[in-house]
Amino acid sequence: MGAFLEEVNRRIDGVPIQRCYHCRKCSAGCPVAFAMEFNPNKVIKMIQMGKRAEVLGSSTIWLCASCETCVTRCPNDVDIARMMDVLREMVIEEGLDAREKKILKFHEAFLAGIRSGGRINEPMMIARYKMTTGDLFSDLKMGLDMFMKGKLSLISPKTKDMTSVRNIFDRTKK
Amino acid sequence: MKVSYYPGCSLHATGKEYDQSVKAVSRALGIELAEVNDWSCCGASSAHMTNYRLSVALPARNLASAEKAGLDVMVPCAACFNRFKMAQHHLRENGALKKEIEEIIGESCRGDLAVRNPIDVFSKDIGLEKLAEKVTRKLAGLKPVSYYGCLLLRPPEVCEFDDYENPILLDKIMGAMGAEPRNWSCKTDCCGGSLTLGKTDIVIRLVDKLMTMAREAGANCLVTACPVCMANLDMRPREELRLPVFYFTELMALAMGLPGPTEWFKLHNTDPAPLLKSLALL
Repeated sequence: MGAFLEEVNRRIDGVPIQRCYHCRKCSAGCPVAFAMEFNPNKVIKMIQMGKRAEVLGSSTIWLCASCETCVTRCPNDVDIARMMDVLREMVIEEGLDAREKKILKFHEAFLAGIRSGGRINEPMMIARYKMTTGDLFSDLKMGLDMFMKGKLSLISPKTKDMTSVRNIFDRTKK
Repeated sequence: MKVSYYPGCSLHATGKEYDQSVKAVSRALGIELAEVNDWSCCGASSAHMTNYRLSVALPARNLASAEKAGLDVMVPCAACFNRFKMAQHHLRENGALKKEIEEIIGESCRGDLAVRNPIDVFSKDIGLEKLAEKVTRKLAGLKPVSYYGCLLLRPPEVCEFDDYENPILLDKIMGAMGAEPRNWSCKTDCCGGSLTLGKTDIVIRLVDKLMTMAREAGANCLVTACPVCMANLDMRPREELRLPVFYFTELMALAMGLPGPTEWFKLHNTDPAPLLKSLALL
């Protein structure tokens, strides 16, 4: 016990999360709390209690939309949004199972899009996401409507200096 | 006035009408836009949710490019704006990180450029009085609620340009255009953002609430400055709750009599034409 808390605090590199006194302003203002199995302040407590597997295996850490309402309102300046980023990073780095796979697949498809062209081509990114999740048919009509209106194009200008973009991905890889 | 311009990826696709209306309004206001040289994606939510250093390095590459031009950089997309401001914040606060990021991007990045949203530039640099003078057709009868969402104003010590719980600049711009903005308490609530593909049910619940609250406030439309909010509000609510949603610059162009609005409105999922025709604005 304590090691998990220390690791999370070290990665956040800011206000230690144990400064939280559980006023629950974060959970009250969280737009996604209704869908989370653990409220944001409960995640803090669980980290303090060393519940590593439960926290890193939770859907809560993936459902956080990073709206920053929690950190904006926290009376103790605990950066809960950053804490959620840190917890997701730990899951990815340790090769653990992400509880919300589709959300992680979306991020992977998005970043793969940047790596390949420097800029996101939205239809190609969504196609990549759909291929990896197998969720092929949701929103199909919406996508086709946008194509018909000329909003989406399969070809879009790319970044010219792709070496510098790929270097960024290679040098930040863990 | 001349500024650097960072459109970002969405403004070339789903947010096309935002890009075109920002350009049209800027031109009419005498603001010259010079696109950031060879820009790349800011990384948006997906970078910071999965890899911290990547989330600073991607915007830093663009900031470094903009710094060479030396002008304020205007960033209309709320998500790009937030990532730029956030990267600058981290670079300023953490000298060791700055050094590391400069090695990653292969050039220096001071992190001190003024990153501006068009709401900020139009209302402060041009000024509300001058904006009102440009109006050729008042948006009478249009009752928008201003919807900022999350990324323009939070966290406040990073975003800096308007009140973070009750922002007023968009209301003032709409007022200057002759519209009748309605007050409501959801200006900075969240639409669910990038959860729209992975967790659609959550986004539907959030935008349904926003539409319900907008109706309760007596609004007949919403204005936004974010392509992700726009997409979610325009496409995700239950059919019977939908109100037209506009980029604030589309309505500015309409009030200023600029060419373009009719074509942009055709790109919307929720057709704004019936409302605008009923008010004799189209």
